[in-house]
Formats: sequence, structure tokens, C-alpha cells
Amino acid sequence: MWKWLHPFAKSERCYQLCHQLAPWFGLLGLVLIVIGTIWGMAYAPMDYQQGNSFRIIYIHVPAAMLSMGIYLSMAIAAFVAMVWQIKLSETYIIAVAPVGIAFTMVALFTGAVWGKPMWGAWWVWDARLTSELILLFLYIGILSLYNAFEDSAAAGKATCILTLVGSVNLPIIHYSVEWWNTLHQGATLTKGAITMDMGIPLVINIFGFGFFVAYVSCIRMANEIVEREKHRPWVRDMFSHTTPSINQTKGA
Amino acid sequence: MQFESFADFIDMGGYGFYVWLAFAFTLIVYVGLMVMSLRRQKQLQKEVTTMLDREQRIKQAKQAGASDLL
Repeated sequence: MWKWLHPFAKSERCYQLCHQLAPWFGLLGLVLIVIGTIWGMAYAPMDYQQGNSFRIIYIHVPAAMLSMGIYLSMAIAAFVAMVWQIKLSETYIIAVAPVGIAFTMVALFTGAVWGKPMWGAWWVWDARLTSELILLFLYIGILSLYNAFEDSAAAGKATCILTLVGSVNLPIIHYSVEWWNTLHQGATLTKGAITMDMGIPLVINIFGFGFFVAYVSCIRMANEIVEREKHRPWVRDMFSHTTPSINQTKGA
Repeated sequence: MQFESFADFIDMGGYGFYVWLAFAFTLIVYVGLMVMSLRRQKQLQKEVTTMLDREQRIKQAKQAGASDLL
């Protein structure tokens, strides 16, 4: 039943898929982000308590959700790599970890900038903030661990284990606002604590940034594949068509 | 539209500094990530093509050398 998936575990097929999908993801992401952001910034009503400062939500919440989503995808890839020995899954972890770093940094920074006017502090050691900071360290740790090994097989295995172990942090981040008495506010969207005219642009932006993640991930995945396989025939064939060979330039 | 004028929009009800600081940071990080990834793509393309060119030159030089011997 799942056999149709198998060809995608081949690097050549995966490269082609990334290459074909990237522009569509990029275009869709751009359109949705523009619509969602303009709607959210200029047309959504003001919050009755937080005034216009709440508008940071339109970048903060997508960044925070995706920072966890990217990690979840890496954890699934790590599981696949360990169970089915699919090398390409390890490639994926290394390709998207920097995307995770970017989104976690944005979530932390926009949170701090939102916290200053609302709580009176840029940073507090609250459960939500601390667990999100640990997520940032996990991403950095995964990349450094991978690069610390000479042998790529050992590096892949160690990275997968770290990624899987680190995934215990995900439920901690998610439930931190319920388990502990945090300064950070509780869930807005999933609990229905937001009106439609504020919520719809937020949902649009979540999808928009989601497509942006997909776009950047496709490019990075394709890059990582080419880098690892540049001596293999299919990569050589692909690039040899784009170069004017010496034969043609000299021999004519 | 929730704002009376453009200046009003920039002011964000007194929270302008915080709101636009958050937006500027986000923009820089995301655009930076995208530019870095696209640059690496171009760089890799160049790397592989130079590698192929070099191999071709070596091959040709070898062939030329061989034909001289004959």
C-alpha cells in the first residue's frame, strides 16, 4: 500500500521533487503572508487589553508553532532513519535544522519584544520561555553534534538519537502554560479565545509561514543532496547539460 | 481600516517601537535564511560545473598526450 513512497527515498527522485515543489511553495507562502500580515496589521480590530501591541501575534505565533513543527518533522525523520535505515532522512535533519534555529530565534525575540510592554520585562524564567530556549539549544546541539564526527555514518546515528531524545521537549513546551502557572498567556487559537476577525489573518499567516518553511526546506534539502552526491553519475549528468563543454568551445 | 492615518499606523497606539522592532527582526532573519540557502545553491552549481570542466580538461590533455606518442 505504501510502496509508491519508496522511490522518494532515492536521492535523485527526492531532489527532483524538491526542485519542482519549491517555487510553488514559495509563491503560495509569499501571497498568504502578504494577505495575512496586511489584514492583521491594518484591518484586524485592536485588543481590548493589549491595544495594538497584540499585533506581534501575527509573526510570533506562526514562528513559535513552526519552530515546534519543524522539530517534530525532524524527530519523525530521525525515527525513520533509525528504523528503516534511510540515509536521506538524516540528510533532511541536517538540511532543516538551520530553519528551525531561525524560527525559534524569531519566536523568542518577538516574544521578548511583546513581553517588555505587556509584562514589563524582556525576559522571565517562565516555563514556556525556558522550554522554548531549550528548543533553540537542541537545534544548535544537533548541528554541532553532527559536525563533530569525522565519520558520516556515526554522525548520522548520534544525531538521530539526540533528535529523538530531544523530542520530549515538545509536549513540555506545548503544555507548559497549563502545567505551570506561567506569565505567558495560554493558547489562543485552539481554545477558541480569539474572535474571527483577529483569528482568520492569524491562520492565514500560519499557513503562509508554513509554506515559507516548505520552500526554504526544499531548497536546503536539494542543496544538501547535491553536496553529498556530487560525484555520483546523476548529479554529473544533470550539471553537464548546463555547462558548455570544452569540446564544443574549442573543437568547433 | 483600524487606523486614521499612516502616522497613526506607524505609531501603533504608542507600541510602534515594539511592534516594528519585532517585524524588522523577523524580516531580517527570514530573508537572511532564504538568501543564504539560495546562495549556497548557486555556489554548489558552480562547484560541480568547475569540477566537471576540470575533469574534462584532464581527459583531453591525456588524450592529446597519447596521440603525440603515437
